[in-house]
Amino acid sequence: MNDADAAPQLDAAEVGRIFREESGRSVATLIRVFGDIDIAEDAVQEAFAVALRSWPRAGLPPNPGGWITTTARNRAIDRLRRESRRRELSSEVALLSPARDDAGIPEEMGPVQDDRLRLIFTCCNPALSTEAQVALTLRLLCQLTTGEVARAFLVAEPTMAQRLARAKRKIKAARIPYRVPEDHELPGRLRPVLAVVYLVYNAGLSSPAGSGLCSEAIRLARILAALMPDEPEVAGLLALLLLTESRRATRTRPDGSLVVLGEQDRTRWDRVMIEEGQAIVRRCLLRNQPGPYQLQAAINAVHADAPTVEQTDWSQIVALYNQLLAIAPTPVVALNHAIAIGEVQGPAAALALVDELDLDNYHAFHATRADLLRRLGRDSDATSAYERAAAMAPTDAERDFLRRGGRASRGR
Amino acid sequence: MAQYLLSVHSVEGEIDTPMTDEEMQQSWKQIQVLNEELKSAGAWVFGGALHDPDTATVVRMSDGEVLTTDGPFAESKEHLGGFYIIEAEDLDAAIAWASKTTACVMKPIEVRPFRQSEA
Repeated sequence: MNDADAAPQLDAAEVGRIFREESGRSVATLIRVFGDIDIAEDAVQEAFAVALRSWPRAGLPPNPGGWITTTARNRAIDRLRRESRRRELSSEVALLSPARDDAGIPEEMGPVQDDRLRLIFTCCNPALSTEAQVALTLRLLCQLTTGEVARAFLVAEPTMAQRLARAKRKIKAARIPYRVPEDHELPGRLRPVLAVVYLVYNAGLSSPAGSGLCSEAIRLARILAALMPDEPEVAGLLALLLLTESRRATRTRPDGSLVVLGEQDRTRWDRVMIEEGQAIVRRCLLRNQPGPYQLQAAINAVHADAPTVEQTDWSQIVALYNQLLAIAPTPVVALNHAIAIGEVQGPAAALALVDELDLDNYHAFHATRADLLRRLGRDSDATSAYERAAAMAPTDAERDFLRRGGRASRGR
Repeated sequence: MAQYLLSVHSVEGEIDTPMTDEEMQQSWKQIQVLNEELKSAGAWVFGGALHDPDTATVVRMSDGEVLTTDGPFAESKEHLGGFYIIEAEDLDAAIAWASKTTACVMKPIEVRPFRQSEA
């Protein structure tokens, strides 16, 4: 073993990668300690500057997360001392309601004490808009830069900076608490948290350079699943993301156009992710407290089981959609249920269900109708449905795909 | 602890299904219960219902003189019907009180934090 093996070279990019991976937890801890998001963010930023200087020279500290927290905390304390000498006012620090266990007052009742969990519940407080929830989560928990968050959601960086600043101001001014909700509040408060993670994943899925967001969403889901092992919907969300992610590489062609489930190269689906996702689904089934994420995960688990699209257990999928419809009767679920019915009972039965839905402004509704009409041999109806779908498609890839579908049915 | 304004918002002309005397009594009773609950929880600072906006008078400085005009300041259909000022630990606690209030008065409640006084 030579010296290079003993102390692997760390370049700035590697320091950045490790730092991002580890520093979400530090930010969360420092927000609790100092009761202020800006102080925590600035301190971690200063610690990053120190890491960039010292890690390549001295090597990676044995516990990078602990190093970041300690370094950032010391920097923040130094800075607060300087400022309080200047203003004789250090009590201003506690603006966010600080966690009580630090003040020597009895610990809160919640089951979990990880700071990242407090932070995600603060970021996803229902008093903040969904846009603000997503932006804060990515900025604070995932440690994306403001520019990266802006690009992920196709808004200008100053707009995103403003959105983040406004959200942080509201957290401080209105005293959005920094704590894990108590058990009786949890069901209602968990919903936006899971929705934000799911939204981050889907934003990654639909943007060409989105793989970063997809892995951030999975990382968040893993953290949540580890911190809330008794919440079946958290496990369900993680399984759903893993099973969806297992197919992501086969979802688009090199030119960016979409490949539908039935035409994907199943040999390229990621078996490791599928196995992990399916194992979670099996544990959820045993627990028998179904919810929308668990059921969607179960549906995806059935797809993942089929070596070819023809071997898909569609009746199982219909049964799962029936359950999903019973607890989440949204038109989009009804649409997917109809598609599954189409595989079992044929396109006419599916079309009858689809035509009852009030989804005229949803491109997938028209795309589904188009496909069913084509299968029924009603080519001119199919063509106009494809055109309507293409006109509404949210991405270029989907628009191209639908345009091709339209041409295919015309050319038949 | 922080203080929050819970304001009850009404839209002029948007007359909700007129309440029967019985319903009015019921709503009034619920509000009394809520007020007692706020007081015994130590959350009550002040609260009350306001007369209609056409009873309002606006006073402003104009060229160094005080000018008085009849009618409400805001020329909008929405107006303040009443408000509470409460003490609460944090926004979640304030929203819990607002949820009880909206259930009593059946009107939207805006929750707004007061600036912390420089004490």
